[in-house]
Amino acid sequence: MAARGGYWSTLTDPLIRQNPVTLQILGICSALAVTTTLATAVTMSVSLTIVVTLSAWIISLIRRHIPGAIRLIVQIVIIASLVIVIDQVLQAYLPDISRALSVYVGLITTNCLVLGRTEAYARHHSPLPAMADAFGNGLGYSLILIVLGGVRELFGKGELFGVQVLPLASDGGWFTPLSLMLLAPSAFFLLGLLVWTIRSLLPEQSEARETTPPLTGEPAE
Amino acid sequence: MTDLWSLFLTAAFVDNMPLTLFLGLCTFLALSKRPEAALGLGVAMTGVLGVTVPLNHLIYTFLLAPGAWAWAGLPEIDLSYLSLIAFIGVIAASVQLLEMLLDRFLPAIHAAFGVFLPLLTVQCAILAGSLFMVERSYTLAQSAVFGVGSGAGFAVAVAMLAAIRTRLAYADLPAGLRGLGIAFILTGLMSLGFAAFAQMAAAQ
Repeated sequence: MAARGGYWSTLTDPLIRQNPVTLQILGICSALAVTTTLATAVTMSVSLTIVVTLSAWIISLIRRHIPGAIRLIVQIVIIASLVIVIDQVLQAYLPDISRALSVYVGLITTNCLVLGRTEAYARHHSPLPAMADAFGNGLGYSLILIVLGGVRELFGKGELFGVQVLPLASDGGWFTPLSLMLLAPSAFFLLGLLVWTIRSLLPEQSEARETTPPLTGEPAE
Repeated sequence: MTDLWSLFLTAAFVDNMPLTLFLGLCTFLALSKRPEAALGLGVAMTGVLGVTVPLNHLIYTFLLAPGAWAWAGLPEIDLSYLSLIAFIGVIAASVQLLEMLLDRFLPAIHAAFGVFLPLLTVQCAILAGSLFMVERSYTLAQSAVFGVGSGAGFAVAVAMLAAIRTRLAYADLPAGLRGLGIAFILTGLMSLGFAAFAQMAAAQ
């Protein structure tokens, strides 16, 4: 591995090209649940990036000492301890956001993204590349969360970070909030459209069709 | 009795785990390509949630909750910050135990579950079941009903999505939308349908 280019591509690949949410199907649960406002999305992104980077570092440091049979338990305990720390910090310093995130901070423990990266990458690599990979994946996840959170808050309430950006019709402006944007279905639609956009721009990501459609000119029976 | 029944319906339909609370989506999307696999996953989810939520309720009430150690002369001890690690441990252990019991006594069902059972340890929906139980302070009976109800809701949703996706295998979709993209759009449409249940619950 060429030292500089290696780290750089490990760090930047997961942003779009190998994005954990849209390509690897990792960490979707929380990606959708916390994106009703930008503030919760950013908090969640920061917490997840910290947890995944630190846990990749710790697990990579002790990777030669973890017995293969119980590695899942060891990894989960390390991740859960980090999540507890983050949860306590959020409760102490950002109580409002912590209440809005509800159980989803705790659920970083079982976020497939964290376990997926430690299991697939950090277990086989030395600490620095492992941290670069984890940090890159954290940033890729944050990118999706912030895009979703921004779109949903902007169109759902006309706000960004709780500040009114689009003047509401009820206050004499022109914007009528789309309350659908704040409900669950819109998160699925937006993420589906985002996946479609990314895969149209990068056609090598699209999945192979399971069945070939019949030839069009063929006579029907 | 009616309270428990309405709690069951709420957990299964109004607060449907994958469709309204976005929980357990990773397995929900990954294992919904074939209906048989989806059904197996649904049954496994119901079983594991039905066991772990009441079990975690007992552990939380008697070991972790603030004041739980009062009988030992330590009334001010609050171990609730340990609940994440305790819950994950209980879930991992009971999944393992369930697997061994099924393997010993009901091998046919065990074969039907296949690889899904061990995977459930890291399923967000299962951990979330226990965390919600603490947050909403359910009693023991309520938490058992809540666990089974959310599992049943998950099973219904995943079976429906798998059925739709099997039909779509023959559809001529745009290349970028194939697979994950269309799965999200479908889930969104199903979620719209389930949003109607929330309206019904609000109307009552």
